[in-house]
Order: sequence, then C-alpha cells, then structure tokens
Amino acid sequence: MRLADYVVDTYRAIYDWWVGMGLDPLFLEIIKYLAQSVWILALVVIIVLFLVWWERKIGGHFQSRMGPMRTGGWHGWSQTIADALKILQKEDIVPAKADRWVFNLAPLLIFVPVLLTLIVIPMGDGILVKDLNVGILYVFAVGGITVISILMAGWGSNNKYSLLGALRTVSQMVSYELPLILSIIGVVMVAGTMSMGGIVSAQRNLWFIVIQPLGFIVYIIAATAEANRTPFDLPEAEQEIVAGFNVEYSGMKFAMFFLAEFANAFIVSAIAVTLFLGGWQGPLFPSWVWFPLKTFAVVFLLMWFRWTFPRFRVDQLMDLGWKVLLPLAFLNILVTGLFMLYL
Amino acid sequence: MSYSLSELVRPLIFYLLSFITLGSAIMVVVKRNIFHSALFLILSFFGVAALFITLDAEFLAAVQVLVYIGAIAILILFAIMLTRRISDPLVRQTTRSYILGAFVGALLLFFLIFALLQLSPTTPYAPQTVQGGDATYPLGELLMTNYLIPFEVISVLLVAALIGAIILARREKRTGKRGEKR
Repeated sequence: MRLADYVVDTYRAIYDWWVGMGLDPLFLEIIKYLAQSVWILALVVIIVLFLVWWERKIGGHFQSRMGPMRTGGWHGWSQTIADALKILQKEDIVPAKADRWVFNLAPLLIFVPVLLTLIVIPMGDGILVKDLNVGILYVFAVGGITVISILMAGWGSNNKYSLLGALRTVSQMVSYELPLILSIIGVVMVAGTMSMGGIVSAQRNLWFIVIQPLGFIVYIIAATAEANRTPFDLPEAEQEIVAGFNVEYSGMKFAMFFLAEFANAFIVSAIAVTLFLGGWQGPLFPSWVWFPLKTFAVVFLLMWFRWTFPRFRVDQLMDLGWKVLLPLAFLNILVTGLFMLYL
Repeated sequence: MSYSLSELVRPLIFYLLSFITLGSAIMVVVKRNIFHSALFLILSFFGVAALFITLDAEFLAAVQVLVYIGAIAILILFAIMLTRRISDPLVRQTTRSYILGAFVGALLLFFLIFALLQLSPTTPYAPQTVQGGDATYPLGELLMTNYLIPFEVISVLLVAALIGAIILARREKRTGKRGEKR
C-alpha cells in the first residue's frame, strides 16, 4: 500500500464523520489547507537546515578539512540548528535611509516562490499537495517572484552595492530563465502534458534524460545560474560588490535570503529529478525513499560544481547564456519536434 | 472527493480579489514614489491572475504571472532603477496631456459598461470549461488552426521588435568601441 493512501484514507474517514455530523465541509477544507501549509513549511525548514550543514561538510572535505565537527557530537550535526537559534537573537537593523516597507517586505517575499513551488512537486507516489494541469509552467511563473524580491531588497536598502548586486542578479536570472524554460519544452513535448504527476508517470519505462540528454545539460547549467550558485554566483561576488543585494540585511532577514538560496538549490534539483530522472520511480525501495535519494544526488552535483569551478566573469556569463545555452535549447526543441514527426 | 469553494465563500473571494486588484491599480496612479507604483502594479497583476484562477483558467493565470510579472514588470523595475534623477522631487508625476488621457479613459469605461449591460444577469461566474479541466490542449489546437494567422502575425511582430532592439543596442556599442580606440 502506498504511504499516501494512509493519509488519504484517514482524511476520508474524518471527512465522512464530519459530514455525517451535519457540519459544513468547508471548515474541514480550511483545516486541510492549514495542515498542508504546515507540512510544506516544516519540510522547507528541515531540508534547508540539513543542506547548509551538508554543504559545509562537503566543502570542508573538498578542501581537505573536516567542516563543522563539534556542535551536537556526531560530525557537528546540530551546527546549523545552533546557528539558526543564534541568528534569531540578533538585532534587526534597518538602515536610516532605507525604504522601510520595501526593505522589510523583500525577505518575506523571497520565500513565497519557494513555498508555492513545493506544492506541485511530487515527492513520492501520490505525495504532493496539488497536481496542477499547468504544473511546470506554474513553477516557472512563480519563480519570477524571486527576481522582484531581489530588486526590492536592492532598491530598498538604498546602498549602491545593494543596487548593483540586485541589477546583476536580475540580469543574470532573466538571461538564464530563457534557456531554462526552453530546455524543458522538449520534456513537455515528449510527455504530452505539463502536469508534474503526468510527466513522472510518462517516464514509467524510460527516464527522459535518455531521450533528452541535451535538454538535461542545458537545464542543469541554467538551473545552477538560476539558483545563483558558483560558478554563477556573481550576484554575491564578495571581492567586487561586498556581498550583493543583501549587504544591508542582518539577523533573521539576512537568514531568509540565505535559506531561500538553499531551498532554491533543492527545488531546482527536485525539478530536475521530476522532469529528467523519473521522479519518485525506482525499483525495490518505496517512492518516498527514491525521491529524496535522487534529489540529494543532484544537489550533491550542484555542490560539486560549487567547490570545483572558479567564478565566471560577467561577460563570459552573458556569452554562455545567450550564445551557447539558448541556441542549444532551440536545437533541442527542433530535434525533438523532428523526431516526434518522423519517427 | 475534493470540495470546491462553497457558494457562500466564492463571491467573498471575488470581492476581496477585486478590491486588491483595483485598489493597487489606484495606488499605481496615486503613489508619488515611482518604484512603489511599479510594485503596486505587480500586486494588481497578481490580483488579475488570481481572478483567472477563480474562473478555472489555470493556464491563463500562469501565463499572466509569467509574462506580466516575470517579464514586463521586471523590465519596468529595471528601467526605473537605471533612470537618472528618478527620486528627484522635481520630476513631474503627471502627464501634460491629461485631458486627452481622461477622454480616452472615459471612452474605454463607456464601452466597458456598454458591453457589460449586454450580458444577461444569469451569466454564471465561471464559463463552462473543458471537461476534465485541462484547457491547454484545446487552446493550443485553436492557436494552430482557427487562430493561426493572428498567432503568426503576433510572432512576426515580436521578432521584428526583437531585431529592432538588437539593432539599436548594436549601434550604441559600435560608437563606444570607436571612442575607446581614440
């Protein structure tokens, strides 16, 4: 029996009882939505705390260090929990000349796309909050909110480094959004649906990475840039613009940007798994083991990039996006279309 | 199994979304800080996207967010940030030809009211959508059959705009390089 079935059966039993009592099901619906929201929120917090620790361990080992070792005993497992508790107690500083509303809203807004995207990602057989018909399109649509949040942070801080960082981030994200979206069109063409659940079940026999290798490569490179990770971490090039759009933020607000970055790394990996690596499907183990396994493997790939490659220059970055990835993505669509027509 | 919004809540949500959409649209015009105006414009776009969702038009909602917020609004924000003197209080917030603007606005309002009066009062909230809910297939099919010519004309228009933008940018770059050589 699927894990999701237990949840669905329990809910159905409660629903029947509730309606049997003659009560309005609307209240139950609201409670259901609340429970789903709590699930998504808890998931984000746990994943991000783990990823920060993992990144530090991996980075450490890549540089022949141990990474955090002390807090919590076993390999410093509770280091990020301690860091989070510490950062919560930090003073919240708002610059005197800052645009208060914009400055304070930006760190909240950066988490909106993270939470909205996790709704449609199938994390196991039936484990997803809602399978939208326009699933993958919706993911990229809400992803645009990130850009607005970064622009707000850059502008609201009223600091030239923040503004420059924000402009850099946004020009990078806008440039790489095109190859990113175009790289998955091949998958949508082959699967014949935009729903995330539909794309996963279309890979029952064959993972799409086999028939869409070019799409996968373009996606991974563009996604690394979209998540602002090295070698595409120009937005926070410490040597050039201090730290980018978030210099003026401190305490919890800084943590929000920091955490959103890791959550985004997880999300782009989860989408890669859903679109190209068969989603939660796999032999032997249950689906809720396969999905995290594959996703963290892709996250590891991103971390591997980060600790291996040096940073790109701005002009190299734009060249790669517009002159290499974009034509390759178009080529992928063309080849996929020709194959579908004549084979 | 899944229970759609009850008939009581549906109008409530509609009025709430309309309030957000129209309220932020007014703020776009009223706000003195042009960056704030742009942010309220984004909120207004979101309201429209949410209204599309209540009408079961998921695809349109996603496209609304992708195109209007993901592209157009960000372009506006970018333009504001790259404009000099933008926070200067001496910059006029109103246009000089406001009489013409008011006339065009009134004309548009008149036609809208006229069109709304043609509707019967029994028009349902949501138009009957495709059975099964996924309207993307029929939409794509219509674009490739009945509406092929308008679709292609718009594509040509966009490509022309794209090429125009590239040519404008290229000229600037050329003069810049010459300047460097000197």
